[in-house]
Amino acid sequence: MREDLPALSATPDGGSPNGEMPDNGSSLAVSRRRLVVEAIGIGASALAFGFVYGLSAREAGFSPIEAIAMSTLVFAGAAQFAAVGYVIQGLAWPGVILLTFLLNARHVLYSAALAPWLREVPRPRRAVMAHLLTDEAFALTIGHFGRLKRTDEWGYWVAAIGSTWIPWNLATIAGVVLGAQIPDPARFGLDIVFPAAMAGLAVGLVMGRRELVAAIVGAGLGVVVGLIVSPPVGIIAGGLLGPLAGMAVPRRPDEPVVELGTPGSAERYSMPGAHYGDLVVHGKDDRP
Amino acid sequence: MSVELVGLALLMGLVTYPSRALPLLVPGIERLPAWALEYLRLVGPAVLAAIGAVNVIVFVDAGTGRPEFHVGIEWLAILVCITLVAWRRNLLIGLVAAVGLVAVARFVGVAALPV
Repeated sequence: MREDLPALSATPDGGSPNGEMPDNGSSLAVSRRRLVVEAIGIGASALAFGFVYGLSAREAGFSPIEAIAMSTLVFAGAAQFAAVGYVIQGLAWPGVILLTFLLNARHVLYSAALAPWLREVPRPRRAVMAHLLTDEAFALTIGHFGRLKRTDEWGYWVAAIGSTWIPWNLATIAGVVLGAQIPDPARFGLDIVFPAAMAGLAVGLVMGRRELVAAIVGAGLGVVVGLIVSPPVGIIAGGLLGPLAGMAVPRRPDEPVVELGTPGSAERYSMPGAHYGDLVVHGKDDRP
Repeated sequence: MSVELVGLALLMGLVTYPSRALPLLVPGIERLPAWALEYLRLVGPAVLAAIGAVNVIVFVDAGTGRPEFHVGIEWLAILVCITLVAWRRNLLIGLVAAVGLVAVARFVGVAALPV
């Protein structure tokens, strides 16, 4: 458990999130330097996975404009990858929208955790900040604010735009444009990129029995219902009923849990392989 | 160039934005019961696993339009990817191994190209 992070959804002890606490200029510079170093690492990961997303979208028949629209308007990696699957399987739009809402609902907790820190930022800027809030931006920002024990708006923009939005969108363009130049992608095994990415992302979210059962039941139900009815209905059945099966499993007292809305959960949902300095959490509860 | 999915992207963005914005703009609105938080926590692994599994196991026959059970090199590739991601915690390594396995298997003729 880190001692230098703020309490989530609460003003940190000993100082205001709005800069009322006396600031040390050198600590600001040190924390900003660390933020930039971490942002470069996240940016490299965003480039790689944005490229994979662009390739997958192209494989699924997205036009460049459609793939880029997803990256700019949705701007949520897991949901975008999932959307490629929905389109491949012909899932109706209401189903896509429902599953997107559920998959992205975790952002409400990141937003809540940042709200006390950003309350003095003018509302229009907060409205823009909200659209750029991702797992990566949250993890970088909450660590930066926690080190400083005050708000540094500059840090949020660097984390949200510099580390993720720009590289993700540039890489999407590269993936979807270069993917179109590959004459027979299946010959090079590129058709496996998408399902492998889905499976890998799911594995990254499994920490204990409940997630494991949710994933296995989700996959099993998806296949069975997909074979009996249709693949899109199978995905909806697996996605909605798998979590109920997971919740039915009793949790062991010593089982690690990473709650939503914490840096640990942000890392789990973000691009696997990306690490936020020492924010890698394996404990029961990573709330400070 | 098709733009049909731009509308879907816009709708997906519209249902995502409130989750990101409401607590920032209306603090205190985010309080959810514990069971709802636990359900949402488990949606990610369930829906991603369902998509991945359906994608490699359920193929729709182009002629009849009926879903069919598919067995192929994709199963082994996914298994390799899952194993590597669980072991190394790095998706890129898993993806490279899965793509490499499928590409080699198809190159040497032990696996067919998808129809």
